[in-house]
Amino acid sequence: MAGYILRRLIQSALILLGVAFVTFFLLFVLPADPVRQIAGRSATAETVENIRQQLGLDKPFLVQFFRYLGGLVQGDLGRSYLQKSEVSLLIASRLPATLLLMVAAIFCELAIGLSMGITAALRRDRFTDQALMLTSFVTVSAPQFVVSLLMLYVFAVKLGWFPIGGYGTFRHLVLPAITLGILGSGWYSRMMRSSMIDVMRTDYIRTARAKGLTRARVVLGHALPNAILPIIAMIGIDIGVFMGGIVVVESVFGWPGIGQLAWQAIQRIDIPIIMGVTLVSAAAIVLGNLLADLIVPFIDPRIRLR
Amino acid sequence: MNAGSKNASGADLAPEVLRVQGLTVSVRTETGDRSLVEDLSFTLRRGETLAIAGESGSGKSITALAIMGLLPPPAVRVTAGSIHLGDSDLTRLPEAQLRSLRGSRIAMIFQEPMTSLNPVLSIGTQLTESIRAHTSVSRTEARTMALAALQAVRLSQPEQRLNQYPHELSGGMRQRVMIAMALALRPEVLIADEPTTALDVTVQREVLDLLRDLQREFGTAIILITHDMGVVAEMADRVIAMKTGRAEEEGSTAQIFAQPKMPYTQDLLAAVPRMGKGKPRAETGTDTIARLQDVVVRFPLKGGLLGRATAQVHAVEHVSFEIRRGETFALVGESGCGKSTIAKAMVGLVPHQGTIEIAGQSLASLDTAGRKALRRRIQIVFQDPMAALNPRMTVGQLIAEPLLIHGLCTAAEQRARAADLMQRVGLTTDQLDRYPHEFSGGQRQRICIARALALQPDLIIADESVSALDVSVQARVLELLQILQREFGIAFLFISHDMAVVENISDRVAVMFLGQIVETGSRAQIFGNPQHPYTRRLIEAVPVPDPTCIRTASPRLSGEVASPVHPFGKGPKRLVLVDIGSGHLVAASP
Repeated sequence: MAGYILRRLIQSALILLGVAFVTFFLLFVLPADPVRQIAGRSATAETVENIRQQLGLDKPFLVQFFRYLGGLVQGDLGRSYLQKSEVSLLIASRLPATLLLMVAAIFCELAIGLSMGITAALRRDRFTDQALMLTSFVTVSAPQFVVSLLMLYVFAVKLGWFPIGGYGTFRHLVLPAITLGILGSGWYSRMMRSSMIDVMRTDYIRTARAKGLTRARVVLGHALPNAILPIIAMIGIDIGVFMGGIVVVESVFGWPGIGQLAWQAIQRIDIPIIMGVTLVSAAAIVLGNLLADLIVPFIDPRIRLR
Repeated sequence: MNAGSKNASGADLAPEVLRVQGLTVSVRTETGDRSLVEDLSFTLRRGETLAIAGESGSGKSITALAIMGLLPPPAVRVTAGSIHLGDSDLTRLPEAQLRSLRGSRIAMIFQEPMTSLNPVLSIGTQLTESIRAHTSVSRTEARTMALAALQAVRLSQPEQRLNQYPHELSGGMRQRVMIAMALALRPEVLIADEPTTALDVTVQREVLDLLRDLQREFGTAIILITHDMGVVAEMADRVIAMKTGRAEEEGSTAQIFAQPKMPYTQDLLAAVPRMGKGKPRAETGTDTIARLQDVVVRFPLKGGLLGRATAQVHAVEHVSFEIRRGETFALVGESGCGKSTIAKAMVGLVPHQGTIEIAGQSLASLDTAGRKALRRRIQIVFQDPMAALNPRMTVGQLIAEPLLIHGLCTAAEQRARAADLMQRVGLTTDQLDRYPHEFSGGQRQRICIARALALQPDLIIADESVSALDVSVQARVLELLQILQREFGIAFLFISHDMAVVENISDRVAVMFLGQIVETGSRAQIFGNPQHPYTRRLIEAVPVPDPTCIRTASPRLSGEVASPVHPFGKGPKRLVLVDIGSGHLVAASP
């Protein structure tokens, strides 16, 4: 087990190195010039060159990359071009908000998605099933910003049940979490439905029914632990998609998380922040997957980690 | 023990526990109701075993599910008749009351022990929950009862088993757990749906003995659903032969076997392969088509910090034999003995050590092109024809595909050849453009055989090719194989666990156990004069389709079968084969 985790952590470090390289390269070949953003429109060519030299942006790609990497291994993510602050501090100040939203949103996502999926599977091909699957189809295909704005308009502006934006109380958390939950629930409900239908057809469910167990015990005690196994692996992968959604939702709801930070940094080509946020997100995805893989053996005794 | 006369006189006096009258089960289809079981009636008395025998699709499993109230709703349902357990009619009980009867008064065990237990729950949990579902005992008491149930089915180390999970148990052990679960609450009726079909023959023997012992002890009435007339002869007091949902014939076991009245029952009995009924076979050539010398196949098991191989599965160990042109060489043994691995090694699907020569050419010395050319001479027919045929190709395309792969003849010639082969295997040419799902199991296996014949091979490996087929279909496919062998002079490597089938069709036989050959010789030598204790046990374990046959009690197997997994550098003891006369080789006893 310890060996397995160690091996996976080494793999994770290599993945992050790859992510760092690709992102750095893409930002390097980007036609927009970060120095122009810093210096402003009216700056002279001389000022621009000075800033460029100061930031080391005149050096060849590999030199810049290894300098960044050198800082990275010491835990230094560099300084923001525009906010004049350490990137690590900026991220650290915003990470708790994002993590809070993420945990709440994943909870909503699973609660909505899994209960929809289970209900649909048990009422297969009936009206409830069709209605739920239509709903899931809508949530999967609706654009994130449309749903976010719609939720904001209905529940905050019109009904006034929740604050329009910001951070601090439980009421601030509800709308962004539920919005992200609804957006992600479509996939989970479809996955859960098909997984549950497969499991309900197995021989061991027939055995459980032949033993005279109650329906609740058959569904929750026998079918659910088996049906949820593929879903757990999916949660790990889903964190990636989730990080994309969080950028939009945080911006719409004015949630001071790293999604919002990234959104501002991208608009102004603030390379150190973009790099930092990308690496933190990538780390979240990699660790989320590792966590999912570590949970599975507790449910499924057939799986041993080696 | 004489199963036929067992209880025969006492059963008439025993109280009636289950009465089925005019039972009709229908499935709702687009064109209206179609009946799966029609007007079935029988009674079952305490301590009696009633066998419902029939081929696939005869409605025997549907009958069992109807009694349990487990028919898949809403399409399949009981449309007429009654099922009385004591005073209550099960077809009219509401689900809640029916549920309280399931598992307590009627229990069921199923065909597939590998998939019938929940993989994520421990054996203890699965046993105690069925006890606690019907009685108001505490968790500790339920566990004590579960332990007693495991002891009753003679499972070794019962305390430890309670904490184990299904994947840690072998198929035979799992079926014992299923029986323990079913009998824990002493039900009046036990429905056993093909309880031993998926098990090895020696394990089948133990499970059948166990069921009979428990029945005597508890007085349970058993409905035994099976296609195997050998099992029927050994276990049942009475038999119902079913065909397409109807009871064709009913009677005492002795009567059905001695004087079957209906043609269907007669055919069913005639098709059963029997030991000692093999016809003498024509002399075969001495020319060798395949030669295996010291073949070893091992698979590494990975573990440890760096994922290095720490142990090996010794699947095949120092196996040597020859197959002569035009003969049938049978490889018999139980699951996991390495017989299918040999087949895979012979066509180059798994790497091997030692020498495998096909038509004088060593597999190891060949390059990719050479191997491809060699594959024209050797073909495989697998166990499950549905899985072996691509569902999106027509039968014509499937049969012609080997010709296409090897770039032989034009498209028109390929089609003509496919049509010719279809006729050879007893199908018609107008079926060429149909898809595999439109055929029955036996017809699909014929298609697989036609495909194997397309390249006119010298050797066909038949890996459990008739095991999944109904006996009557099995008999016809075996007959077809023998006709094709005479016609084309093809040699067969016939891999099987079924001693009766092997005895009927083979020229020479090798018996495998844990990756090694323990005995080999001509059919007469192996079946007439079996020397190795394992060969004897295999032969004795085969159920005899004759209720008057008196079986000598065979000693019960103690302990578990040894594992083929050994740490690196270690291995099983190599068996030395000794010739005891005219090519009859036997492993020297350890």
